[in-house]
Amino acid sequence: MAEQTQNFTIEQFYKYVGQKKLMGGKCLNCGKVHLPPRPLCDKCLSTKFEWIELPQTGTLLTYTVIHVAPTQFQHLAPYAVGIVQLENGVRIPGMIKNTPLDNIRIGMKLKVEFEETPTAQQQQWPQWPRYYFVPY
Amino acid sequence: MKGKPLASIVSAGLSKFGKLEGLYAREIFAQAAKEAYERCPRLDPKKDIKALFIGHMGESYEHQGHTGATAADWAGLLHVPAIRTEAACSSSGAALRAAVFAIASGLCDVVMAGGVEKMTHRSTPEVTEFLAMASDFPFEQWHGITFPGLFALMATAHMHKYGTTEAQLAHVAVKNHHNGSLNPKAHMQKEITLEQALSSRVIAWPLKLFDCSLITDGASCLILTKPEIAKKYTDTPVHIIGTGQASDTIGLYEREDFTSLRAAKLAAKQAYEMADVKPEDIDVAEVHDCFTIAEIIAYEDLGFCKPGEGGRLAENGETSLKGRIPVNTSGGLKAKGHPVGATGTAQAYEIYLQLTGQADKRQVDDAEIGLTHNVGGSGATATVHIYIRG
Repeated sequence: MAEQTQNFTIEQFYKYVGQKKLMGGKCLNCGKVHLPPRPLCDKCLSTKFEWIELPQTGTLLTYTVIHVAPTQFQHLAPYAVGIVQLENGVRIPGMIKNTPLDNIRIGMKLKVEFEETPTAQQQQWPQWPRYYFVPY
Repeated sequence: MKGKPLASIVSAGLSKFGKLEGLYAREIFAQAAKEAYERCPRLDPKKDIKALFIGHMGESYEHQGHTGATAADWAGLLHVPAIRTEAACSSSGAALRAAVFAIASGLCDVVMAGGVEKMTHRSTPEVTEFLAMASDFPFEQWHGITFPGLFALMATAHMHKYGTTEAQLAHVAVKNHHNGSLNPKAHMQKEITLEQALSSRVIAWPLKLFDCSLITDGASCLILTKPEIAKKYTDTPVHIIGTGQASDTIGLYEREDFTSLRAAKLAAKQAYEMADVKPEDIDVAEVHDCFTIAEIIAYEDLGFCKPGEGGRLAENGETSLKGRIPVNTSGGLKAKGHPVGATGTAQAYEIYLQLTGQADKRQVDDAEIGLTHNVGGSGATATVHIYIRG
């Protein structure tokens, strides 16, 4: 783990997602929490970070229902995607599942869930395991 | 007294926009170049043009990169320095800005700026995938968010915050299709009704088919000179008096506000200040209506109305051909078409026609000052240019 905590990368973020964890990089200089994590703080240019576990609940800021999907998502259409503000203010996009599409509203409470244990293939670029949101 | 001319457009060319079967991008670009040469008989292209800057978004469409040299060769300009600029849908807005820099630096007397894209030979899912490359891969594309999806996220937020309606979005489409019906080079030259727009199939709710721009083939180009020699080439030059460009986060989700494009506001501020003009001075504008909501947000970002009033501006006809500030007289990306890399300089082509009185049935009376607004991706790039009749 010590070695992993050096890598404030998108790859490491998704490796944590594979372990059912939603993690962000907190700048040790200015305190900004980054999602995705970055090697260079965009606010203060520091390179010193720590991993922190992000809250797994939040509020829906905006959403859409995708009817015309790219090739790899066509079997899911129509599906909902939105931007969620987690309890600590960090924003993250993702799919919204387990709800009738007509019930989705701005301001609704959502929580994070994770895809089942990914296959070996889903553990390297670009086949990352995914997180998604459900109402609670 | 308006800002000082940075560079002057002495000629411009535009290919037919549409489904141009059997043609490669370079061949379409040659059509645009030929028109620009014919419009400017005093120019000797091979001798006078000293550089080419060309916008082109994707290698995927034709499995072809290295667009600068290829386009220069097919435009008959072999051996000029030629580079491609890539900034997603703002690629040729960026090419135009590079051309302005080349002229304003004093290093070049005459240059060509242009853009090209060949898209219609690929399937809609393929094009959807290629366009999505201009958005964030690991957090947007990877979670199934498409390009219409990103603008739909903005539309939902705009409707929620300001009460903008689906009918107001449809008004933008109806207006731009009307303008497109007057443009013989537009991809779609037929009018649509509000009912047709509202009942078209959903692409990414609340955006429907008629809220989306077209998948189109096309090319555009401009010939620019130093302002002090423009009259050597034409009696009716158009001067560029303001240029602005800004960037923003690649991911929409990282931005404070989903109802406005910060990069577009910053680019507009730079261009207005440089040109020493105000939004109310603009007589005609071409804005980036990749989706109808994008045109409504553009009105607000460019200061044509207050934030939240864009929907009403469209609904009240204030941006129609006979309105207070005509927007997208060419038909816009919506009806003229959106060959991604060609769009920025195609917008400038329309403003060139308007300010030189050559826009025929869609001519805005006595147009003196024009503006173009060209957005890359979901707003991670924006370029704005301001023009004045010479």
